[in-house]
Amino acid sequence: MRLVIAEDSALLREGLALILAGAGHDVTAVGDMDGLLGAVAADPPDAVVTDIRMPPGYRDEGLRAALRLRREHAELPVLVLSQYVEHAYATELVELGGGVGYLLKDRVGEVPEFLAAVEEVAAGGTVIDPDIVRKLLGRRRIQTTLERLTDREREVLALIAQGRTNASIAAQFAVTDAAIAKHIGNILTKLDLPPETDGHRRVLAVLAYLRYDSNGEAP
Amino acid sequence: MTPTDHPPHGAGQQQARRRTPVGEPLRLLRSARPWRSIAWLLTGWVTASLWIAGTLALLVVPALGVVLLLGGVPFGGVERWRLRMVDPAPAPSPHRPPDRSGVWRWMHTRIGEPATWRSLGYALVFSLALSWVDLVVGLLVVCVAQVICWPLLAAVIPEFEPDALFGLIPGEGPASYAATVLGLALLPPVLYLITAYAAARAALTRYFLVDRDEAGADRRVRELSRSRERILSAMDAGRSRIERDLHDGTQQRLTGLIMTLGMARLRLADASEEARAAVEDAYRQARTTLAELRELVRGIHPQVLTVRGLSPAVADLAERCAVPVDVRIDLPQRPPEPIEAAAWFVISEALTNVAKHSRASRAWVHCRRRGSTLVLEIGDDGIGGADPAGGTGLLGLSDRASVLHGTIVFDSPKGGPTRVRAELPCDW
Repeated sequence: MRLVIAEDSALLREGLALILAGAGHDVTAVGDMDGLLGAVAADPPDAVVTDIRMPPGYRDEGLRAALRLRREHAELPVLVLSQYVEHAYATELVELGGGVGYLLKDRVGEVPEFLAAVEEVAAGGTVIDPDIVRKLLGRRRIQTTLERLTDREREVLALIAQGRTNASIAAQFAVTDAAIAKHIGNILTKLDLPPETDGHRRVLAVLAYLRYDSNGEAP
Repeated sequence: MTPTDHPPHGAGQQQARRRTPVGEPLRLLRSARPWRSIAWLLTGWVTASLWIAGTLALLVVPALGVVLLLGGVPFGGVERWRLRMVDPAPAPSPHRPPDRSGVWRWMHTRIGEPATWRSLGYALVFSLALSWVDLVVGLLVVCVAQVICWPLLAAVIPEFEPDALFGLIPGEGPASYAATVLGLALLPPVLYLITAYAAARAALTRYFLVDRDEAGADRRVRELSRSRERILSAMDAGRSRIERDLHDGTQQRLTGLIMTLGMARLRLADASEEARAAVEDAYRQARTTLAELRELVRGIHPQVLTVRGLSPAVADLAERCAVPVDVRIDLPQRPPEPIEAAAWFVISEALTNVAKHSRASRAWVHCRRRGSTLVLEIGDDGIGGADPAGGTGLLGLSDRASVLHGTIVFDSPKGGPTRVRAELPCDW
């Protein structure tokens, strides 16, 4: 794949480029938001991997760039890397549609997992960092409703929220796709969620559920 | 400000008067005050002469006219310093410090001040008349001394051949000692009169040259509250800088280390069990360290507060609280940054208190805008008894709020429930 990576720290930029190039990708590396927008405009890649906090403002440039890129190139997959365990950012990203990801930066150290996430996002999937999902699942106000789920169902719910496909969840538990589909059906019913089959819409529904409490009240 | 907090300058003055009250002549005469008054009255002409000389010297160069207008300023400085001889109360300068440094800035500030003109007027009157009157009054004591020493003078100085004193007391012979008796009898009332005169003159000097208490206290309060605002914003800026430095420095390096170790793990697939275990261990430790650092940085200054505002930052606080918290933030737009920071700080501290001491089963945070005020309410159903005087946490909240001209009210009766209500005025 042809990838554009945007990261202001030279150390991490080189590390990322090394890992991605090592996996056979064709990498263009830039150091700030303007560089990212310029590189994509010059030659639209298959996917973008960007830091969230970059020059000029060192705030949330990566997210804003993702927003702009999706306006100009509707389907362009964007994977955002961040130091913040912040579901507010992840949620904004997921609301852009499929082909997005939000990962904590140290996840890159799990090299095969990271490379799989890049592939997943590039293929139009959704990837949310397990730490963020764990934090959402750990919220006190949803604990009572989550108690209605079995242990296995809670594990599956976490993987759905991370954007994993039925096949990949089935592979993780070494069961058939059909068994997983049944679990997912049960979970969605117990949580009063629509029986979504489309992967991204399912992630949206689950994340929305996890963010809001059982009364449907915004946090 | 209550009077007990900071005694106004007048208090010192009253205390001095109590020590040697003009109303108690005998005690007054035993004190050093009459002699200090005399010294003060007898030295004023020096300031006056120097000031007149200086002014005349400046008159030679017409271009220095502006400097002449400021002549009262150094004069006031010298006279305030000299005033300490008779008036131990503090004599703060009525001039305010210029807001920026530089000679022009200084002159501009001084020209615009009424105090400068008061000083100049007083300098003129003092140098041309008052100081000389002071001198004459001060010299009264010399006259009395002369009367006391009358017989002695005649004996010591042979050329001194006076006519009879007041036409009554001869210059020689035993009868001349009547003058000593008369002088000694005159001394107390004269000293008393001189001291009273000096007290009146000192009051006049104070009126013209010294900062009036009310205006000065106002100014000091303003300066104090401005400096508190500056300190607070410096503190917030410092926290935000530490957060940035940690993010851009330590966190990035640690992430780089994790990437490197991550790659090393892959390449060590064929290595010995020990080598793989060691690298695996290092990798895990680096990730744990980064996770801990993230938590630490978050507590110092949550980045999402700066970038996205109160809502996600408070939701995060609520999620971390050991007690379920109902959060309702109803703000049409983001408040100014210092207000957001203060609100976050108040909520953070209040929720910490809920988790630690309240034994509550539920808590709530409501935040809304009323007019131009941000109203913040935090409550729980716990055992109450939270006392701002008891812990520094709640007191810190009051300090925060008051710096921003806001108020904070704690309502936490024994047995509960606890409610904290903060109102922070802001322009938005």
